[in-house]
Amino acid sequence: MNVEELHEIAAAAQEERAKFDYEINVCMGTGCLSQHSDKVKAAIEKEAAGCEKKCHVRRTGCMGLCAAGPLVLMEPSEMRFGHVHEGDAKAIVASLGGDGAGGLDPRLDPHLGGYFDGQTHVVLENSGHIDPEKIDEYIARGGYEALVKALTDMNPGSVIEQISKSGLRGRGGGGYPTGLKWDTVAKVKGAQKYVICNGDEGDPGAFMDRSVLESDPQRVIEGMAIAAYAIGATKGYIYVRAEYPLAVQRLTVALREARRRGFLGNGICETTFTFDIDIRLGAGAFVCGEETALIASIEGQRGTPRPRPPYPAVSGLWGDPTLINNVETFANVAPIIRHGGEWFSSMGTARSKGTKVFALTGKIQRTGLVEVPMGMTLRQIIFGIGGGVPDGRKFKAVQTGGPSGGCLPEEHLDLSISYDALISAGSMMGSGGMIVMDDTSCMVSVARFFMEFCMTESCGKCVPCRAGTVQMFELLTKITKGEATHRDLDRLTELCEVVGATSLCGLGQTAPNPVLSTLRYFKHEYLAHIDEKRCPAGVCEFSPATVDAHRGEVHA
Amino acid sequence: MGIGSRRGRNDCAGRGCRIVCNATVEIGNPGLRLPLAVGENNMPLYAERPPLPSDDKRWRIVNGTMRKHGYSRNALIETLHTVQSSFGFLDEPSIRFVAQSLRVPLSQAYGVVTFYHFFSLKPPGRHTCTICTGTACYIKGSDKLVAQTEKVLHIHPGMTTPDGEVSFTTARCVGACGRAPVALFDGELSGQMEAAELTQQLERWTTQ
Repeated sequence: MNVEELHEIAAAAQEERAKFDYEINVCMGTGCLSQHSDKVKAAIEKEAAGCEKKCHVRRTGCMGLCAAGPLVLMEPSEMRFGHVHEGDAKAIVASLGGDGAGGLDPRLDPHLGGYFDGQTHVVLENSGHIDPEKIDEYIARGGYEALVKALTDMNPGSVIEQISKSGLRGRGGGGYPTGLKWDTVAKVKGAQKYVICNGDEGDPGAFMDRSVLESDPQRVIEGMAIAAYAIGATKGYIYVRAEYPLAVQRLTVALREARRRGFLGNGICETTFTFDIDIRLGAGAFVCGEETALIASIEGQRGTPRPRPPYPAVSGLWGDPTLINNVETFANVAPIIRHGGEWFSSMGTARSKGTKVFALTGKIQRTGLVEVPMGMTLRQIIFGIGGGVPDGRKFKAVQTGGPSGGCLPEEHLDLSISYDALISAGSMMGSGGMIVMDDTSCMVSVARFFMEFCMTESCGKCVPCRAGTVQMFELLTKITKGEATHRDLDRLTELCEVVGATSLCGLGQTAPNPVLSTLRYFKHEYLAHIDEKRCPAGVCEFSPATVDAHRGEVHA
Repeated sequence: MGIGSRRGRNDCAGRGCRIVCNATVEIGNPGLRLPLAVGENNMPLYAERPPLPSDDKRWRIVNGTMRKHGYSRNALIETLHTVQSSFGFLDEPSIRFVAQSLRVPLSQAYGVVTFYHFFSLKPPGRHTCTICTGTACYIKGSDKLVAQTEKVLHIHPGMTTPDGEVSFTTARCVGACGRAPVALFDGELSGQMEAAELTQQLERWTTQ
């Protein structure tokens, strides 16, 4: 494969598209499929076949706005429809070539509330536009240009230089500079090196990686291949959760297609570069998102972390130098190589470059995936793109960073999103879950929910995490039952410090964060539970005995 | 084998020891010989694989997975996935078979099975109801759905009704947060679930 051949494939795919005047893309991501978008697609196909307009119906990956599924995107008009039923097929096909949504059921809402305005798609640029199982459609949109460019025009050093220049930081949550990581692995001497893609998206409430793998798997493969070339690896693994069957299936097809087109295997692009990728299935352990635990899991063992250093960059999979990056990080690589590091660093803030995909969920009008430039404020995302809190309720908090993150109150809505700003506010970027809560959520219960999660997901290797999370959970339970005293609250705070400072891996070190952040911003709720035996949100139920005893004390 | 040695961690976990000797040991199935130690180049001294536990054709699928990975010990989790997807759960004979075929100590295989939530040691019911308890679903009231399911089926998460009809599990986020709260009936995802709809579905199964 060389540049000419790549352009030939792209031209052939373009020609195929040019045969049709219109294209109707139907979202077949997990969210829309659960709303029977497969039937919608079949209905539209049937309708399109019986009409004289030249129209192509395509299956695509996630379009983002899961709340309004099933979604349909019309090309070239770029009009999107939400809540499409089978019965709408006729009207949709009839509207082709017309002046828009005239005659269509208003339920379909062609503007979808401005959800897509204000977003900048880099990682999601192909999502909703290509068939994830057809590699040629990816190539037609500039796919694999970056890999061919890297292999034919660049040496590994200059690839790493571009990544460093771009300012890309790890999208899995840690925010470690990607270029620096690549450079470290590249400099370590080793006959065998590995590239691992971390797709163990265990953070509950986040689904960016699932969506990328389902809608644009080739982008991740290309990113991994470029990384392998840069660091000198010949073997790669993609570790995906078994809970994502559709992502696994699409990835399997994508790997086969990439091999068929010669982007994986021996002598890629007529060079000596050799690289191939295998899929490894996770088995439901949150701790496997931690890099050393993930490596243990790929080796077929229990996913327990080990102390670092040595870092995987020096001694990773089977003791060899290993590069581990998140799905979204790899998805950013190809555009950076294609457009140059400077292009990427022109987006975002001083220390957080580029865009970030967030999974906007919870008590919000429009739930789904959003990709925005770093530096946008929480208010712009939640109230602008997401449409705010539904049912006339009041916004209370937004939770970012999953079980390792924290809850930010209304005062912080004007915070510009960046790795550092979120950490200084007591939360973190995490993998990109953004869960909005209204005044019906009790913050103590939310902290207890996350602690229960960390408690059950603790691998049990180190004592602070194994025992500490249980104790913190018990204390939080006591508070939600109205049985706690101020001493319990002090003990909880103390435990937070100890567990955070002494745990072996990120799970334990960050487990106290949801408690600490709720204590920082919502201490009055804790105190209401303790002093007044009252839950401000009306979620916690206190036994009559507790309440009576409290009344007795007050009146005594 | 110290942790410092380059391939030490793997060897310790996989073979137990690296003392070169010619002894073999019989485990469970009499006459079955397994390597007790490894020789040069890390090659096991014995590589005899156990016979298939039964005539069931599904064992061939399991064997296929192991063959694809060259009976490598690190294919343990992949193989267990195949067993679970073929048989629905993992029982003692199947764990023994996989452990012996891949030359992994039974303790390690059992350790892996019990470590990961995805693996089940109990056979599933005819139908499965899974409620997602991820954060987005929790905020949208999945705890009420769990309570409702417990009330209808009279069992707790992780259990199967006594008649073997319905298994009830909870999941840590299935990644469909945009449709929260989410339930899966026999693996089919249903979003924006409400207690009434959930009850209806469960009763359809239990009253059949």
